[in-house]
Amino acid sequence: MTITTTSTLDQPDRPAGADISLVSSVTPVRRTRDLVFRLALYAAIGFALATLIALLARTWMDGSSKIGLDIIKNQPSERPARAGIQSGIFGTLWVTGFCALVSIPVGVATAIYLEEFAHQTRWYNRLIELNIQNLAAVPSIVYGILGLAFIARGPIGWGPTVATAGLILALVVLPTVIIASREAIRAVPSSLRTGSLALGATRLQTIRKQVLPAATPGIATGCILAVSRALGETAPLLLLGGLTFLTRNPGGLDDRYTTVPLLIFSYASNPKDELKEIAAASIIVLLLVLLVLNGIAIVLRNRFQKRW
Amino acid sequence: MTIPITRNEAPVATLRPTGALRRRQRTEAVVKGLLGLAAAASIVTTVLIVFSLLEPTIEFFGDVSVKEFFTTTKWAPLFKPARFGVWPIVAGTLWVSLIALIVAVPMGIGSAFYLSEYAHPRVRKLIKPVLELLAGIPTIVFGFFALTFINPELVKRFWPVGDVGAFSAVGAGLMTGFMILPIVASLSEDAMSAVPQSLRQGAFALGSSKREVCTKVVFPAAISGIVAAVVLAVSRAIGETMIALLASGSRPELSLNPGKGMQTMTGFIGSAGSGDLPTGSTGYKTIFAVGTFLFFITLFLNVISIRVVRRFREVYE
Repeated sequence: MTITTTSTLDQPDRPAGADISLVSSVTPVRRTRDLVFRLALYAAIGFALATLIALLARTWMDGSSKIGLDIIKNQPSERPARAGIQSGIFGTLWVTGFCALVSIPVGVATAIYLEEFAHQTRWYNRLIELNIQNLAAVPSIVYGILGLAFIARGPIGWGPTVATAGLILALVVLPTVIIASREAIRAVPSSLRTGSLALGATRLQTIRKQVLPAATPGIATGCILAVSRALGETAPLLLLGGLTFLTRNPGGLDDRYTTVPLLIFSYASNPKDELKEIAAASIIVLLLVLLVLNGIAIVLRNRFQKRW
Repeated sequence: MTIPITRNEAPVATLRPTGALRRRQRTEAVVKGLLGLAAAASIVTTVLIVFSLLEPTIEFFGDVSVKEFFTTTKWAPLFKPARFGVWPIVAGTLWVSLIALIVAVPMGIGSAFYLSEYAHPRVRKLIKPVLELLAGIPTIVFGFFALTFINPELVKRFWPVGDVGAFSAVGAGLMTGFMILPIVASLSEDAMSAVPQSLRQGAFALGSSKREVCTKVVFPAAISGIVAAVVLAVSRAIGETMIALLASGSRPELSLNPGKGMQTMTGFIGSAGSGDLPTGSTGYKTIFAVGTFLFFITLFLNVISIRVVRRFREVYE
């Protein structure tokens, strides 16, 4: 590292009293290195953005010919002319809806407990925190194994149904909901709490009327992001019987299901090229929905989140 | 923020709890209990995961010897005769993850340097949401792109060794690398932004160039966060299923050439699990044995990441 040192103190052969301006140490070698480094950084970020653009452009090119009402209205089929994703759309709505219904209340409640009630010093509270960190890093397919062993088959035995899939996806996204909600609750300044308590409110009243309203935009943003993750999640559902060309929409929690990502997987792994186009068109539909959800999350965050 | 005046039904400042206060204390205890119960759900989840994995795994090793699992090199658990040497699918996972890292670590850290040290605030404000959006793209989409573009158009054309078919570990690896890039980039950027400005100013005052500030001041100061980001990204890469299934194929292959299609551990679980294996058969239990292996690898990585952050965190105040 000494090659590029800039301090003139490192050059004892320089006569005392000589011009020690910094400009003199900007050697051509050093300037080249600076330039190369800067260009490498541009290349890194440029590569990331370029791949994203290539991905979107390529998917659009593959799928735009099949985009239209047909793909939404048709049921899954091996025949390209009649193939669509209707049952997948309904399945995704059912599964993601049930997932949200389970994961949001449990996740927000956990966050309130950890932020407002738990003593950080107690071993069980630290265990819960460590455990949530760990769960966030468990591969989603492992949750699929859990669902296969305990919920689809085994002791609970719900079979390959909407309820099974929704419950497992709820477990997959639970850490995301908890972590985002905790951050939102933590961002509420403690002066708001102490003020409320000083006016005679109880702890519960303070949480319900001060902390939660102030934290709601942050919590909502986190929940939307979690739900959009559930929307695109595929791997655990492979193990939970979702990989079928179902031609009937699910009508309840105990019905069989398939989802849009699972249908994309089926179409993509089919050797027929035209079915790959159906897969691309379905991806466009999925990405549009996700874009809308993410857009809502960003607007919520920017418009309603207070800076304290 | 207006603070609404809360009306209390009972006086608070009594020495001995009156009926109303006692009731309120009881409500509070009940609510706290309910919230604690929700928090306990996450513990229950972990216990259930471990339990659901271990029981069939133990049964599996009753059918198949540990020696065969770890010392033989042929993986064909669903065929007859069945073979249970796990290394081919471990090799598949290692190849995909290694290639992913080669892509994601330099690119991710480079992007983080750019965003944290070089980019104009307005540019950063534009690019950061794009990275977040990238992180929100479902992996099935990446898998499709790897299968229909990276494998046929890039790997098939430019891979120097051997014939490349429809599937390749290198294609899956490149795509997985791109998938984990936002994780490396945004977590590293967080770590770099947390380095106090005074350190940079000190280095600049001593005549450092921007590059020298990056590599000799910001990087060492942020190293714990960067390492944690990389470890987390590795565990994501190892656990990634859809890209591996779609782009790396389903043939176990113990090979030094990642241009070949190779089944990964997650790929095996996904393809075996989506079939209709009868509960209790050895093939069914194989899913759990591989799952246990996978779970403990990612658990191990995560423990390392938490440790690194704790031990090497630089505290500036």
